[in-house]
Amino acid sequence: MTAILAFVGARSLAFLRYVGGITRLGKDALYWTLVAPLQGKGLRGRAAIHQMVLAGVNAIPIVSLIALFVGLILAYQTANELRRWGATTLVVNIVAISMARELGPLMTAVIVAGRSASSFAAELGTMKVGEELDALDTMGLSKIKFLVVPKYLALILMMPCLTLVSDFMGIVGGSIFAVTEIQMPLSLYWSRALDALLLKDIFSGLVKSVIFGIIITEVGCHEGFSVSGGAEGVGLRTTSAVVISISAIIAADMFFSGLFYYIW
Amino acid sequence: MADEPVIRVENLTTYYGSRRILHNINLSVQPRETIVLLGSSGTGKSTLLRHMLALEKPAQGHVYIKGTDVCHCPTDELQELRRHMGVLFQSGALFGSMNLGDNVAVPLRELTKLDDSTVQVLVRMKLGLVGLGGFEELMPAQLSGGMRKRAGLARALALDPEILLLDEPSAGLDPITAAGIDELVLKLKQTFPMTIIVVTHELASAFLIADRIAVMFAGEIVALGTPEEIRQNQHPRVQQFLNRVPEEPERDSEAYLQSLTGGAET
Repeated sequence: MTAILAFVGARSLAFLRYVGGITRLGKDALYWTLVAPLQGKGLRGRAAIHQMVLAGVNAIPIVSLIALFVGLILAYQTANELRRWGATTLVVNIVAISMARELGPLMTAVIVAGRSASSFAAELGTMKVGEELDALDTMGLSKIKFLVVPKYLALILMMPCLTLVSDFMGIVGGSIFAVTEIQMPLSLYWSRALDALLLKDIFSGLVKSVIFGIIITEVGCHEGFSVSGGAEGVGLRTTSAVVISISAIIAADMFFSGLFYYIW
Repeated sequence: MADEPVIRVENLTTYYGSRRILHNINLSVQPRETIVLLGSSGTGKSTLLRHMLALEKPAQGHVYIKGTDVCHCPTDELQELRRHMGVLFQSGALFGSMNLGDNVAVPLRELTKLDDSTVQVLVRMKLGLVGLGGFEELMPAQLSGGMRKRAGLARALALDPEILLLDEPSAGLDPITAAGIDELVLKLKQTFPMTIIVVTHELASAFLIADRIAVMFAGEIVALGTPEEIRQNQHPRVQQFLNRVPEEPERDSEAYLQSLTGGAET
């Protein structure tokens, strides 16, 4: 019994310590992104643009492809059910709204977590193992400003852009079904899709995507900074960066979906 | 030597987990002095260096750099102090994503308001000083171990530090390259008014560059003095190190058996 209590206690403490670490990192990143530049401490704009290309622009092909497939899958799956009710054309509404509100931001976040949370953790972890982080410390440079803020800025700005690409490509995916299976003219498909969408559908998805971007950066960087024990440590933390960020993204998605359901 | 010490370590004790790494270390380093921390692997030399850089917090004791207790001072003050210190890490610790020129330029770009053309000139000067002139465009992965250390040294010298700390500058290098690094340290010592701390286990290197040598064993400084005084020192551990006598094998068979079985009943 004592052993069980000790186990639960230790795990709870570890969890709280983790949340504390992430919160501290978030607070520091916010300071170096928003406050420090106003105090003349600078912002590494060029590094942020480089990260935007790596984490954002380079992710466009895979995000587009996956969103296209998801849109098409969604159309096939819902059409079966809708056909029984003679409402197959409603596929357009379902695809457009589901992509904008939920699947666009979520699938994008999962892909970016796979690409970038792992890459952030591996990059920072390798730097830690190679004493590069210590070198930054001893030069009197902030690790947060130098390494985290460019990633933070990149994902905050690129996640909504990628989500818009994803929303669009998902609806394109749905159009393949509509044109080939139910012979709906493309122009009609698009006008119905746009009619079905409200601005708040798209906007709520974009708000979530910014939150997901923050989660991915914080978890990826936190895991990278927590690496110990050489190459194996880098591997372990890279894996956990992806697992933790995807879990946190889904938890945050659930929370915000609930919140938007009640307040919006 | 009546000046205020640049670095003063007082009663420093530290642990990794439950293992004691440093025990009651006391050391004063005078301005423009070159001190070598000498000892075999695992004696706590690098840990002591990391405490001087405030990269680790001690369990007890203090490290004063230019009169400021770096173990307990605010971050801003620490960052300001660190700008007067240059560090060469064991692996060179060059930023893998930047070429040599950019590596050396990092402290200049981030911590000074110099324009880019001046930064470029200074980068070439510093790389030239360590014999790497013309290599600005190379990436760290394209360099040999010796070149990486020299490039790390160029970066450490970028802001003309008052205190230069070198962690195993010649470890893992062939004798010729290692001798080249020693020569370089000697040249720096003669040219610039710097206080230099060198961590090494290379005897020849230590006796060549040191004003004073601190011999460390099991987390303690067992001897401290000029190279000549260290040569004359009769402490068994100093003599063992100087005469390259290997550690005696474990004689206590009971204890050996215990260590093999992890303390279980035998």
